[in-house]
Amino acid sequence: MLLKVENLHAEIDDKEIIKGLNLEIKPGEIHAIMGPNGAGKSTLANVLVGRDEYEVTDGSIEFDGEDLDELDPEERAHKGMFLAFQYPVEIPGVSNKFFMQTAVNAVRNERGQPELDMFEFDEFAKEKIELLDMRSDLLDRSVNVGFSGGEKKRNDIFQMALLEPKLCIMDETDSGLDIDALKLVANGVNSLRSPDRSFIVVTHYQRLLDYIKPDYVHVLYDGKIVKSGGFELGQQLEEQGYDEIIRHYHNG
Amino acid sequence: MVEAAKITDLTHDAPFESQYEEIDELLSKKQFYKEGFITNTNVETFAKGINEDVVRAISEKKNEPQWMLDFRLKALKVWQSMEEPHWAKAEYEPLDYQDYSYYSAPECGSCAGECNTDEAGEPEIDPEVAKAFAELGVPIEGNSEVAVDAIFDSISVSTTKREELAKLGIIFCSFSEAVQDYPDLVQKYIATVVPVGDNYFAALNSAVASDGTFVYVPEGVHCPIELSTYFRINEAKTGQFERTILIAEKGSYVSYLEGCSAPVRDTYQLHAAVVEVIVHEDAEVKYSTVQNWYPGDEDCHGGILNFVTKRGICEGDNSKLSWTQAETGSAITWKYPSCILKGDNSIGEFYSVALTNRHQQADTGTKMIHIGKNTKSTIISKGLSAGFSDNTYRGLVKILPSAEGARNFTQCDSMLIGDKCGAHTFPYIEVGNSSAQMEHEATTSRIGEDQLFYCQQRGISEQDAISMIVNGFCKDVFSELPLEFAQEAEELLAISLEGSVG
Ligand SMILES: Nc1ncnc2c1ncn2[C@@H]1O[C@H](COP(=O)(O)OP(=O)(O)O)[C@@H](O)[C@H]1O
Ligand SMILES: [Mg+2]
Repeated sequence: MLLKVENLHAEIDDKEIIKGLNLEIKPGEIHAIMGPNGAGKSTLANVLVGRDEYEVTDGSIEFDGEDLDELDPEERAHKGMFLAFQYPVEIPGVSNKFFMQTAVNAVRNERGQPELDMFEFDEFAKEKIELLDMRSDLLDRSVNVGFSGGEKKRNDIFQMALLEPKLCIMDETDSGLDIDALKLVANGVNSLRSPDRSFIVVTHYQRLLDYIKPDYVHVLYDGKIVKSGGFELGQQLEEQGYDEIIRHYHNG
Repeated sequence: MVEAAKITDLTHDAPFESQYEEIDELLSKKQFYKEGFITNTNVETFAKGINEDVVRAISEKKNEPQWMLDFRLKALKVWQSMEEPHWAKAEYEPLDYQDYSYYSAPECGSCAGECNTDEAGEPEIDPEVAKAFAELGVPIEGNSEVAVDAIFDSISVSTTKREELAKLGIIFCSFSEAVQDYPDLVQKYIATVVPVGDNYFAALNSAVASDGTFVYVPEGVHCPIELSTYFRINEAKTGQFERTILIAEKGSYVSYLEGCSAPVRDTYQLHAAVVEVIVHEDAEVKYSTVQNWYPGDEDCHGGILNFVTKRGICEGDNSKLSWTQAETGSAITWKYPSCILKGDNSIGEFYSVALTNRHQQADTGTKMIHIGKNTKSTIISKGLSAGFSDNTYRGLVKILPSAEGARNFTQCDSMLIGDKCGAHTFPYIEVGNSSAQMEHEATTSRIGEDQLFYCQQRGISEQDAISMIVNGFCKDVFSELPLEFAQEAEELLAISLEGSVG
């Protein structure tokens, strides 16, 4: 098991948002998480990667056989957790290339691999850019500054490719993308797919799932997973919305 | 017309309390100030206090000619008639000037302090002092690409590369030596840019000036190496009153750097410097400072009080003067390197990074006085505040009626790290000629929790993330520093921001 979340309860500003959530992910699996606005999807993503403001009040998160409770966000990143942000952050004055070289080397250091110098990093980055069909001039600009919405999302996928994580969590990476940008992102994900890399894809829309084809689809509502199924659950939600499931949840 | 373009005052009332606890904690760890060691050597230090006898004694110690003594005595009278200024945004108790010593110098072993420069060459350097400079990485043996004047408390202990420079006609020596060897030049220029009565600290400096550097670059000479001065204040409760004069004759070029540090002491040490730069026709001077005076401890004990008057005049047409500074140290900084743009088409530049942390207070900026036609000035100021510190930019751009076609570009950016520090911007503009073109940009940002989290999620530690973001913020200024100093400045910032290193 790569990720094992048991009876997770988490709060922010003393307000409980995740209310007893269970989730198990094996290596190589793709899980989609869907659910209405405010259900707690972004909260779950942030809690998994250890963001400070969120407090786990009960339950456990086990990653790669290790309890994550005490680990800082950067330690979780070193262990192979990656979050593609719903809103990627801008860092003026810091070039995307320098930022990613620093990040890659921090992770390599932790894994006992030698650091990449500028030339080695350039080579490495070039491979990934070709793999993702990205524009290479994004590397020379400040991190996400002046990037279009689509460029920011693609930049996050590029970072994901560079860091070679075991678990990729994508928080609404498809929101606000036109169909071409969406295809690029989906292709990126598909090309990063491997038997020992798992994905959690948070999305509102079936259209991304049509390209990515998840193994499982979960519906998150009121801080819990209220329904799970295969790829076809996504299609069903696309047609019927969440009402039926929510009604069932409140009655049950 | 006096107008404050846009005064921003962002103080301690930030709305996000909790978010910054962690950063504050990180920043409040004991700062690692590696220059904080004390040198123990035989020193001659005057008894505390300032009066006419002390001024005479300093002059005598330095074997000065009568004109220099007269200059000092006149300055003392002026100083005594003035009042300590307290208009800056830095709060400090009025200083007890009788509680400082105004002269302190290592005795050099061989000749017990009696050695003046003689034909036999440089006097021996006190081995303890030599060790201190070695530890600070100051190349006083001349084994570097840079020429160095090393100043320890009140005196210059070594000046390297002078013969090499002399072949080009460049004079590079301590101020004291210049008084002896080049009295005509010193008399011609001293106090012409910063008059004795310019301000309280300039007057004090003129009375008790200790040592500084004298640079003269003759007509048409492009100085091939960087000239530099390293200032070290060692003795407790002493003042260092650096006096530096730099003259660039017609068509010449020179790049000059200064660095400074002091031991960790629990009492204030005083540094009141005067720097005068004269740039003639078609000449260019680049003046860079990396200031790392001891900033005082967690509870506001000790640190350097840094009251500096730096001013240059672009005397001739097409002349250019650039000030670049990275200010990271001192308990209090009060410093406004300025340019008087007198020659037509002359150019003044000011690039500054000022970082304050803990309880440091910095009030710094520049004055650009446009007199000549088509004069241009550029001001780029980056203020960084962390901890409980206050960081103020104070600038004046003044366009005189004669300055037809003058232009100024000002960019003042402030960055707050944490929520208990303050950033203040006071850009004053006086325009006396309607053809002037003025551009002003200002931003204030805060290192955001979201930025730090983004970096951490990518595997970068919080400390590395802060220094990366900060260095990104300062890039426009660091790119103006000579390469090795830019690196030093970056490292200084990182150290000043991090708790302890390694
Ligand atoms: N800082 C906060 N303080 C209190 N409530 C919050 C905070 N951040 C998010 N929430 C609440 O948590 C709930 C879940 O938000 P979120 O995880 O962003 O949902 P989703 O991503 O599924 O749309 C929402 O009701 C939201 O209002
Ligand atoms: Mg969300």
